[in-house]
Amino acid sequence: MKILLVDDEQEFTGALAERLELRGHAVQTVDNGEDGLQAVDNDPPQVVVLDLKMPGLSGIEVLKRIKNQYPHIPILLLTGYGSTEEGIKGMQLGAYDYMLKPLSIDELITKLQKAVGENA
Amino acid sequence: MQGPDKGEAGKKGMRLTDKIVSLIQKLYSLPDQVSEDRYVKLRRNMAVLMFLVTAVPLSVMLIINHHQYQSALRSEAVTQFRVLENKAKHSFELFLQERLSTVKYIANAYSIEQLAQDGELKNIFYTIQQNFSGFVDLGLINPDGIQVNYVGPYDLEGKDYSGTSSYQEVRIKGTYISDVFLGYRRFPHLIVAVERRDPSGKNWVVRASIDIDTFNDIIASMGLEADSDAFLLNRQGIIQTPSKFYGQVLDECPIELPPKTFQPTVIEMTDPEGRDIFLSYVYFSKQEFVLFLVKERSLLLRSWYALKGQMLVVFSLSMVLIAFIIFRLTGLMVRRIKQADERREAAYRELEHNQKLSSIGQMAAGVAHEINNPLAIINEKAGLMQDLLKGAEDFARKDKFLGLVQSIIKSVDRARGITYRLLGFARRLETHYEVLEVNNVLREVLGFLEKEAEERNVSIHLEFSEDLPKIHSDQGQLEQVFLNLMSNALAAVQDHQGQIQIRTWQINEQTVCVSIDDNGCGMDNETLRHIFEPFFTTKKGYGTGLGLSITYGIIKKLGGDIKVASEKNVGTTFTIYLPVKEGTEKGTA
Repeated sequence: MKILLVDDEQEFTGALAERLELRGHAVQTVDNGEDGLQAVDNDPPQVVVLDLKMPGLSGIEVLKRIKNQYPHIPILLLTGYGSTEEGIKGMQLGAYDYMLKPLSIDELITKLQKAVGENA
Repeated sequence: MQGPDKGEAGKKGMRLTDKIVSLIQKLYSLPDQVSEDRYVKLRRNMAVLMFLVTAVPLSVMLIINHHQYQSALRSEAVTQFRVLENKAKHSFELFLQERLSTVKYIANAYSIEQLAQDGELKNIFYTIQQNFSGFVDLGLINPDGIQVNYVGPYDLEGKDYSGTSSYQEVRIKGTYISDVFLGYRRFPHLIVAVERRDPSGKNWVVRASIDIDTFNDIIASMGLEADSDAFLLNRQGIIQTPSKFYGQVLDECPIELPPKTFQPTVIEMTDPEGRDIFLSYVYFSKQEFVLFLVKERSLLLRSWYALKGQMLVVFSLSMVLIAFIIFRLTGLMVRRIKQADERREAAYRELEHNQKLSSIGQMAAGVAHEINNPLAIINEKAGLMQDLLKGAEDFARKDKFLGLVQSIIKSVDRARGITYRLLGFARRLETHYEVLEVNNVLREVLGFLEKEAEERNVSIHLEFSEDLPKIHSDQGQLEQVFLNLMSNALAAVQDHQGQIQIRTWQINEQTVCVSIDDNGCGMDNETLRHIFEPFFTTKKGYGTGLGLSITYGIIKKLGGDIKVASEKNVGTTFTIYLPVKEGTEKGTA
């Protein structure tokens, strides 16, 4: 899978990306919303993993813009809030699903595969 | 020396007033806290105040009325006396004046010769006797005081009056009316005498006797009641007409003559025989008589006493009625006030509790969020370490490292569980409704605790209603609630003799009930009051004080209710009410 990780917490994205790569996936990481949008424009991924809470452009805004231009790319939301409200709001805006941090890698991969599979 | 004494006295006065003021303040100050005493005092104060504002005016009115009625009655009686007395006095005066005029007429209309003629005097006497009552005899007295002519029942011709006081007086005044006396004839009568000057300048006297039967007639015509007495006195205090109370004619009246007045005057006094009487008296202006009218006071006031009795009865009945109404009214009012206070107190506690929960919820959400991010990093780093270790060749202590990493990941999971629970407390985790059987949930939870109960030899008795309807609720959260309450029950009971009873039953179509009952240490009222508040704990040192507060939050969120009853050293019963249909959380954002 070709995955784009958008999260301001680089310690988190770095380790997660490496683990996904170890499992044979192509991962690109960016640490803000603008870069995320740029990355999608430059090289559209199969799936985007997007943190909802970021400085600058918010996760919800990034979600809206990607969905606007690339409605076919599934987006999985991450939230540290433990709040379902943000997740549900994201899903209403077209996100595929949402997960709470900290997450289990196996659950994440299952959800990503499902998202890409359904999309294909 | 006086200075300090005065100061001392002043101080004492001050202390006394201070004492009174503080006593009143003490009586009327209410204890701030809500207690039975406060309401007893409140009721007493209200009752006293209400009684004062109703009873005092009523009593004052009664007293005023009492006096007014009394004085009105008295003045009425006095007026009556005066009218009566005046009338009688006028009758007497008129009678005497008439007799005097008649004698005067006889003395002046006839010549001395005519009067001295036996037949002529007889004619005159019979004429006046026919026209005027009371004349007994008629006589002519010559200038020497000898009665020269006489008509009447006695033989008094030739009697010498020159030495009598009546003769002397008529010679001085020209006319004379005597007191009542017995005279030569031994029956009560009085004398009317008039002087007549003959052409030669000598003074003759025409003299008539008048019996006092007419006096009695006049007194009878006053229409006195049986308890009254009226009689005539001369100015020496000798009774002139028969008296009921004070003796016969010519007896001396035991009552001393009051000061002279020509207007009827009423005095209240006690007579020599000990009777309380009203004495009304008047002096005659033209004659030397005094008229007495006597009435016993008690008899006069009998009607007043009757009225007073009626007033007292009405007054007492009113007082009893007022007291009764005040008693009931203050009871009712104080009960209402108490209820309002209790409701306010309950509402206040509920509000306080909700506010605490809400602020703790916000704090918990913040903490959970802040901790979840670093937890996520630890999780990924440890996960990566695990991945790398798994892919690496064998090296010394590889298994040890794997174990350590595994342990880190497990700890992260535990920490995540805690943050999720905190968030659950903050009510931000979604409630997942499903159809479930309460009995099954309870059995599952019991599975966790059975071992501990067995080890401690605590008996758990189940009394499940088997036809309980399935309910819409959140299994996980219900488990947490039951686990929490059962753990508390286990913690409360003693080894070997602890008993826990768990019951389920259906109250109505919408509600099922679960009760968890233990025979443990119980709680006092103060603990009960705070039991659902966050951070309130009796397990000093190792309790977070969140357990029951979370339980409370969950039950409320599920649309249910939780009640607790407890008695120190007897045990505690928690009762949970759960809606059959999906409940909606009340009052949360």
